[in-house]
Amino acid sequence: MSIDTTDRAIITALQGGLPLVQAPFAQVAEGLGLAESDLMDRIAAMKSSGVIRRIAAAPNHYKLGMVANGMTVWDVDDARIDALGPQVGALPFVTHSYERPRARPDWPYNLFAMVHGATRDEVEAKRAQIAALLGDACRGHDILYSTRILKKTGLRLKERN
Amino acid sequence: MTLDATDRRILNRMQDDLPLVPHPYAAVAAELGLEEAELLDRLARMKKARVITRFGPFFDAAAMGGAFCLCAMAVPDAEFEEVMIKVNALPEVAHNYQRTHRLNMWFVLASETPGGIAAAADAIERETGHKVLRFPKLQEFFIGFRVAA
Repeated sequence: MSIDTTDRAIITALQGGLPLVQAPFAQVAEGLGLAESDLMDRIAAMKSSGVIRRIAAAPNHYKLGMVANGMTVWDVDDARIDALGPQVGALPFVTHSYERPRARPDWPYNLFAMVHGATRDEVEAKRAQIAALLGDACRGHDILYSTRILKKTGLRLKERN
Repeated sequence: MTLDATDRRILNRMQDDLPLVPHPYAAVAAELGLEEAELLDRLARMKKARVITRFGPFFDAAAMGGAFCLCAMAVPDAEFEEVMIKVNALPEVAHNYQRTHRLNMWFVLASETPGGIAAAADAIERETGHKVLRFPKLQEFFIGFRVAA
């Protein structure tokens, strides 16, 4: 989908979030000089085209006590990743999971699964469950814990018309 | 702040999509058996306490004709802060994490144009003198983002 100037203005207005007021769309629409119904129609169109995935809360894992954040990475047989990837993604403790290209020789892994927990032991136990699920389709794996958030801003559109 | 059972139910529900209706919080409050004012008050408190980092639309740069790409670098410890400042200075860098591995800096590039990713990664290589490994997503195995609260 190509987005027009009005869509860009809407995205820019919503980058910081949706207001926590009774009629949030009316408030945002007023700021943009649009009718509430026009704004909602455009948001609906952006949702159906996938530009907006959902309108939801982004929780802070650290504040919820989920201080161990492990990026588990797996070298999975290419012939079996289409079948196994969705099973890994469906595990309740996996928050994101992707197939990505390997970068040999530096990086042999093609499946990434994010796992959060209150402790590293908890994350290791979850990692063992993924290992059991992948079985002999997996030729090697590793886990990278985050030790510091260096930046977190999300998508920012550049200023332009 | 300490979350009570109601806060936890709210947080779980609000990780799913908000209904697109003129009074969406009233609709969610009704689902949860709460008053709209109480839901708004609790959401505002969780946002203020940074339990919720952001409430709003999640945008997909790829669907706008742009792209996302996970990237990694192996940065020597002595240069880490200097490289971090250079990397974070690019508006295309959406998140950046230090991780426990030889590849110790992991960041996501988000661009409105597919070419913007390569341009940003190339610029980081030029400015830092270190290789930027690029891991664009090939497939997403995604059922639903959910922190059990």
